[in-house]
Amino acid sequence: MESNQAKPGLLCNPEASQRTLYPYVTGTSVVALKYKDGILMAADMGGSYGSTLRYKSVERMKPIGKHSLLGASGEISDFQELLRYLDELILYDNMWDDGNSLGPKEVHNYLTRVMYNRRNKFNPLWNSLVLGGVKKGQKYLGMVSMIGVNFEDNHVATGFGNHLARPILRDEWHENLTFEEGVKLLEKCMRVLLYRDRSAVNKLQISKITEEGVTISQPYSLKTFWGFSAFENPTLGAEGSW
Amino acid sequence: MTKEHANWSPYDNNGGSCVAIAGANYCVIAADTRMSTGYSILTRDYSKICKLADKAVLASSGFQADVKALQKHLAAKHLIYQHQHNKQMSCPAMAQLLSNTLYYKRFFPYYAFNVLGGLDSEGKGCVFTYDAVGSYERVGYSSQGSGSTLIIPFLDNQLKSPSPLLLPAVDAVTPLSEAEAIDLVKTVFASATERDIYTGDRLEIVVLNADGTRYEYMELRKD
Repeated sequence: MESNQAKPGLLCNPEASQRTLYPYVTGTSVVALKYKDGILMAADMGGSYGSTLRYKSVERMKPIGKHSLLGASGEISDFQELLRYLDELILYDNMWDDGNSLGPKEVHNYLTRVMYNRRNKFNPLWNSLVLGGVKKGQKYLGMVSMIGVNFEDNHVATGFGNHLARPILRDEWHENLTFEEGVKLLEKCMRVLLYRDRSAVNKLQISKITEEGVTISQPYSLKTFWGFSAFENPTLGAEGSW
Repeated sequence: MTKEHANWSPYDNNGGSCVAIAGANYCVIAADTRMSTGYSILTRDYSKICKLADKAVLASSGFQADVKALQKHLAAKHLIYQHQHNKQMSCPAMAQLLSNTLYYKRFFPYYAFNVLGGLDSEGKGCVFTYDAVGSYERVGYSSQGSGSTLIIPFLDNQLKSPSPLLLPAVDAVTPLSEAEAIDLVKTVFASATERDIYTGDRLEIVVLNADGTRYEYMELRKD
């Protein structure tokens, strides 16, 4: 700033503001669905700095306690901060030592309150969160947005996933998907996202949560085919004035 | 510095329509179950209706996170009321509470558009309709939310309620039977769904009468 005049109020001066006005390093879509024995979730490992692909091994899915799995898109640092809150939450719950533990419903509700509280302070956590889990045979899958909007569904997807993956899921999802069918469906969604979401990368993880617990796969790539006629001469129908 | 980012907003409009109709001995409260953001549908099965007391049912559209906070707040207040008075809150009492709760946040409002339906102390249907900051009115029927501009004139045309200017005041309850009112609600939602992109998927209807509470559902267009 070149002038040394008194700065206007904090709320209307982004320069002096301490809250998140926009995200720095972001992760793209998370896609998740219920299947026969629990929840399956997929996310790629890219971390974008604006439109620069800055990080390529970001883990965006983490187990929370015994029964839950959290996936996040949006600001990576806010997600990691949130994981610290959750670690404390789970630790303090564990210290009761009463054999009882927080289930996915409770964790999802906690996330809902944290996100809504931060938006009330005009200091949001810049994420879309997906929470899945199984406890006492009950499958649970929900979402929370940056400003606290939350819901449950049989399949959910954040960001671009809501545009590109959910129509596929609405077509093909059913209650009794086997593990193999579920993974195949998620891979179909992730492949479409890879083709059409510019910040998606071909390195992803799929995680599973059942009554037995969480397993997160090693990073792997999808087979791609770039020879589709729609991919050839992409500028053919879009002549510029120059 | 040029503006690079859209400014962050603490609000969103998740859409949806709510309707309530009061009759001589019943009340019908209805809302669709679609939840949207912008041009995207978030989920096709989210209930906008909240049963606050035995004879008070709230239907709300607007910003889902605010609506949820409002419902939780009212439910907590109602629990305290039950402990203090050993009875359920009446619908007119709940109506005043809702108004005060909304006005309490006058300068950072709950972005919630409510219709409260129920039965009064005489068992007569009652409907209260609100704006986001708490001004409210008892009416015979009402609609709020994204499809209200399509629904209200239709209800006005069909129900022809007496003018509130008449002296002495004439009761605003509708002359329809319960079954006719339910049919009317189904029709207005089917119609609103045709033109309002934020209304659709499924209709949830709550019917309150002397026998208690009954839930009905109807499928709506999903496009």
